[in-house]
Amino acid sequence: MCLAVPGKVLDIEERDGTRMATVDFGGVVKEVCLEYVPDLQVGEYAIVHVGFALQRLDEDSARQTLALFEELGLLQEEFGDPWEAAAAEAGAAPAAVGGDTAREARK
Amino acid sequence: MPDTPHTPLTASNASNAAAGAPTPADRGLPTVDISGWTCPTPLRDQPRVVMGHGGGGALSAELVQQIFVPAFGGEVLAQLGDSAAVALGGARLAFSTDSFVVRPLFFPGGSIGDLAVNGTVNDLAMSGARAAYLSCGFILEEGVEMPVVAGVADAMGAAARVAGVEVATGDTKVVEAGHGDGVYINTAGIGLIPDGVDLRPQRVVPGDVVIVSGDIGVHGVAIMSVREGLEFGVEIESDCAALGGLVETMLAVTPDLHVLRDPTRGGLAAALCEIATASCTGIVIQERAVPVPPAVANACAILGLDPMYVANEGKLVAFVPREHADAVLAAMRRHPLGAGAAVIGEAVATHPGMVVARTPLGGTRVVDLPLGEQLPRIC
Amino acid sequence: MKYIDEFQDPELARRLLDDIRATATRPWALMEVCGGQTHTIIRHGIDQLLPEQVELIHGPGCPVCVTPLEVIDKALEIASRPDVIFCSFGDMLRVPGSDRDLFQVRGEGGDVRVVYSPLDALKTAQQNPDREVVFFGIGFETTAPPNAMTVHQARRLGIRNFSMLVSHVRVPPAIEAIMTSPSCRVQAFLAAGHVCSVMGMAEYPALAERFRVPIVVTGFEPLDILEGIRRTVRQLERGEHTVDNAYPRAVRSEGNPAAQAMLADVFEVTDRAWRGIGTIPASGWRLSERYRDYDAEHRFSVDGIATREPAACRSGEVLQGLIKPHECEAFGTTCTPRTPLGATMVSSEGACAAYYLYRRLGTPPTPLEASPVA
Repeated sequence: MCLAVPGKVLDIEERDGTRMATVDFGGVVKEVCLEYVPDLQVGEYAIVHVGFALQRLDEDSARQTLALFEELGLLQEEFGDPWEAAAAEAGAAPAAVGGDTAREARK
Repeated sequence: MPDTPHTPLTASNASNAAAGAPTPADRGLPTVDISGWTCPTPLRDQPRVVMGHGGGGALSAELVQQIFVPAFGGEVLAQLGDSAAVALGGARLAFSTDSFVVRPLFFPGGSIGDLAVNGTVNDLAMSGARAAYLSCGFILEEGVEMPVVAGVADAMGAAARVAGVEVATGDTKVVEAGHGDGVYINTAGIGLIPDGVDLRPQRVVPGDVVIVSGDIGVHGVAIMSVREGLEFGVEIESDCAALGGLVETMLAVTPDLHVLRDPTRGGLAAALCEIATASCTGIVIQERAVPVPPAVANACAILGLDPMYVANEGKLVAFVPREHADAVLAAMRRHPLGAGAAVIGEAVATHPGMVVARTPLGGTRVVDLPLGEQLPRIC
Repeated sequence: MKYIDEFQDPELARRLLDDIRATATRPWALMEVCGGQTHTIIRHGIDQLLPEQVELIHGPGCPVCVTPLEVIDKALEIASRPDVIFCSFGDMLRVPGSDRDLFQVRGEGGDVRVVYSPLDALKTAQQNPDREVVFFGIGFETTAPPNAMTVHQARRLGIRNFSMLVSHVRVPPAIEAIMTSPSCRVQAFLAAGHVCSVMGMAEYPALAERFRVPIVVTGFEPLDILEGIRRTVRQLERGEHTVDNAYPRAVRSEGNPAAQAMLADVFEVTDRAWRGIGTIPASGWRLSERYRDYDAEHRFSVDGIATREPAACRSGEVLQGLIKPHECEAFGTTCTPRTPLGATMVSSEGACAAYYLYRRLGTPPTPLEASPVA
C-alpha cells in the first residue's frame, strides 16, 4: 500500500498556486507536491508517496531508533551472544541459513 | 481445482458459515470470514499480443515456444541462444538479428542507432564471435523529420566504426503517420566463431564462477528517466556499448569460457534464469556482490523496481571455470568496459534450474523469471 | 539513500534478531497488514531468519489485489472508450477483470497510460483538452491524500476533462473485520507505518483494547520490520496489548492534519467490497457529493456493471495458516507459479509460491563461506 521513500528538499516554488519542491532521492530528482507539509524547508527530509510529501522526517527520532538498536547489541555482549551460542551448539556457522531454509520447506 | 471451490464470503454469508458459535454478528457487529480470502490471478491466456510479450520474460518465452518454434521447426532455432551458431563452408558462423523500438529515440548516453548496432554486435559476441557484417532495415513513419533520420544514421555509422563492423546491406520502408514511433530498426549480423570456442549454457557445471562485467540496471534507468509519465532527473547515461573487444580479451585468457549472456530485457535476473534452466544447474548469487550504482538503486526504490530485472545494453554475465576465474576477472578489469567487473556467485549442483539470491541479512530469496515488462508499483 | 541504508544494516539486524530470539518463548502469530511490508520481508528473507515461534501472517494490505472486480470491470469499460485516456499506477495494469486486464484493453486500441503520480494524469488532462482523462484512484490512506488533492486541484483549476474512478480502502475497518472473523488466529498487528504518517494513531487504541491485541506501528526497511516484530513479541510475552510506535521518524500520533482535512472534504466514508474477502462496512472512501462532477462512475454511467467472482482456490485457508499449501488439491498439479490459480501462488511473496520454490530447492543453498564471493 505504501511505497513511500525519504527525500531531501532541494528547492521550493509556487506553481499554479500549488507549493511544489524539487526533491533529491540520493541522486534521483523528482518534482514533489508540498501542500500537505507546507512548512517543510529546503534541506529537510520528507516521506514521499506518488509525488506528494506526506510527513516530515524527524532526524532526532531516526537517530534515537538507531541508537536503541546499537544498545541492544551492547546488552547482548554482556550476556553473551545467543545467536552464536545456538549456532555453535548446532555445529553450523552463524551466517549459514540453510537450516532455516529447510525449516521453511517443511512448514 | 479443489473439489469444493471456495467463493468469497460476504459479510452476510460469513456469519451463516459460523452459525452455531456466538459471533460478533450476534452482537450487531459486521463479520467477514477471512478464511475465505482469495486474490485475483493475472490472466495468462491472452487472446491478443500485449506489451509483456516483448518484455523478455515468461510471456516472451511462451510466445516463442508456442508459436514460433513449432511453426519454423529446425534444430538451430531450437537452441534459442542470443545468436545461432551455424556451420557453413567449413567455417563456424554466429548469426543473429534484433529489432529496436525504443522510445524516446534519443536518450541520455545514446540513441536507437547505437542500440541497433551494439545490440546485434553483442548478440554475436555472446557466441564468442567478432561481428563482421550487419544488415539494417529501417521502418520510418511518415512525417518524421529528416534530421532525426540523419541523426540516427550518423549514430549507427559511428557505433559501427567503434565496433569494427561494416553495415553491408539495408532496406527502408515507410508506414503511414500514426503507425510507428518515428523510426524502427532491425539489424542482423554475422561473424566468425574462433576455433576452440564453444559458448552454450549446456556447458555450465557446478562450481563455475559467475562474473558480471560492471554496474547493472544503468541503461534501463536512463531510459525510464526520460519516459513520459515517469520522468525524473538522474545523472546517469545508458551503458550502451559494443562488447566484442571485451569478449576477445576474456577469450585470450582462455577459450574455455562456458557461457556468456548480455542481460538486456529482463535484466540480470532473466539472463541467469535462462542459463539455470538451459544448463540444469542451480545458481547462487550474493546480492551484496552485485554492482548496483546508488542512482540505479535509488531510482528503483522510488519506482518499486528490482535492479536485477532492469535492462542493460553494455554489460555481460560470464560463467567461467573456477580455475580460470581469477585470471579472467583480472583481464576484464583491465578492459575499459570491464573495469567494474565482479564475481557475484556460482553455479551449484543443488536446486537445478533455479536462481537463488543470498540477501545481505543472510536470508535467501528465489530469483524468478519476470512475467513481462517491469511496472512501477505503489504497493 | 539516507534513512534507508542505515535501516538495512546487517549487523544491527542480527542484534534485533538475537533479541527476538531471546524474548520469544511461545508460538505467536503476527499479521503485517501492509503489502509493502510483506515485500520487504520476502525481499530480504526476513521470514527465514525469525525464530520458529514467530509466525508472520501476510495481511490484506495490497490495494491492487483488494480492488473489487466490479470496479476493475468499470475501469476496463471506461478505458476502452475511444475518447478516453485512462491513467493508472503501473501495478493495476495486470489485475484481471472478468475477462481481460488493462494490458489487453491497450492491445485492443485503448489509450492506457502508466503514471507515477495522480498529478501526472491531471497534467495529461491539461495537455489534451479534447480528450477525457480518467485516473484510477485506488489505494489505502497513504494514497488517498494525493488522489484527493488531485481532484481538488482539478476543480480549483477548472479542468473539466478530468475525472477519477475511486476505490479507496481504509485499514482500521479491515483490522476489525479480521479480528471478528471466526477463524482468526492473529494475535498482534504490525500497523502500516505510512498509513499512520497520514492518519496518526488515534484509531488504534480502541481496537487494541477491544480485541486485546498489541498494535505496533511499523516502518518498511528491514530493521523497521524487525523492530516492529521485537516490540510486538515483547508485549505478547508480557500479556500486554497497547498501541506502540516503532516508526517515530515518520509517524506522529496526530498524523497529518492537513491531509486529514482534505480527505474529509473530498471523500466520504462508504461500504466497500474487498476483492476475495467480501464487503466490509465503512471500509472505503468515495468522492463526496461536492466532487460528484469529477466521479468517473457518474460521468461515464457505468453503474450497471455487475460481476461474479470466478471460483477460487483455497488461498484463503493458506493465508490463515489453516492448511499448508501442499494440502490444497491443486498445489503443484494444476496450480504452479507458471499457471497459478490464486494470489498466494502468483506473487513471489505468496505462501504457495514460496513453498513451491523452496520445496523445489530441496537441499539448502551452499553456505556463504563456500562461495567465491565471501
